[in-house]
Amino acid sequence: MKDWKRKGDHVVSEFAQQEAAVLRGLLRHIDDVLRARVDETPQDELAELTGMRSGPTTAPDDPVLSRLLPDFHRIDPDQPSEEDLESAAALRSLHEPELIDAKLGVASVVLETLPSEGGEVTLDLEQADAWLAAINDVRLALGTVLDVNEETPEELPEDDPQASHLGVYHWLTYVQESLIQAVSA
Amino acid sequence: MSTPLEAEQTQVEPIGAELGAEDKPWQAIVWNDPVNLMSYVTYVFQKLFGYSRDHATKLMLDVHHKGKAVVSWGTKEKVEGDVAKLHAAGLWATMQQAP
Repeated sequence: MKDWKRKGDHVVSEFAQQEAAVLRGLLRHIDDVLRARVDETPQDELAELTGMRSGPTTAPDDPVLSRLLPDFHRIDPDQPSEEDLESAAALRSLHEPELIDAKLGVASVVLETLPSEGGEVTLDLEQADAWLAAINDVRLALGTVLDVNEETPEELPEDDPQASHLGVYHWLTYVQESLIQAVSA
Repeated sequence: MSTPLEAEQTQVEPIGAELGAEDKPWQAIVWNDPVNLMSYVTYVFQKLFGYSRDHATKLMLDVHHKGKAVVSWGTKEKVEGDVAKLHAAGLWATMQQAP
């Protein structure tokens, strides 16, 4: 992959076939996880009639989904206030469907603009914003699985089963950082 | 990181009840997390709220060093919309009534 370069109203980079395959695979995986969350929440007849969808009221158990779809209030695990719990449930139900739509939307922009065989990628600035959000979602998901924290090393020993995943995480950090520099240029 | 919030809540509720809790402004809070890049968080603050680069950078550094920062204020509806946008950008944001 090459650094993103600003060219007028666009940003341009180039991806190897394998890099494109890795990123597309990760995006598809997150897509699947988000759609499974939607399918867990059957819509009632009224929702179908009015088009007013409602999401689930409880946070996902899965740590990756829970990081991608956060609560609207900070709930103290030891002393949760009844008011906060009720409000968080209501706000989740109201906003989660549109949040999932937004995440599926930015992922689809990347899938549409990144050829599966790799090659040059040219984005307008709106598409670049979608890329930034989608790559961020992938990094959040990987970071949660790898339990990334301030002490996470640049590299793990080669025989560590997570070594290649951490490599992908750091590569996506570079892709995102380079894209931010290009859109801000 | 839960300690400051706990302390605020215990102070807020009795006062809120006297003053009419519904009148107090709401705040959107962004919390530190180890994944989001400093440059990305700054970019999102500029983009979503129209903040200058300097102001967005200051808020990002508060999140980074103090663990959290209040990034917007207003009515419940406005702040709710701000938090929804921050979630779409992948930031860890919550809302609360101003202490």
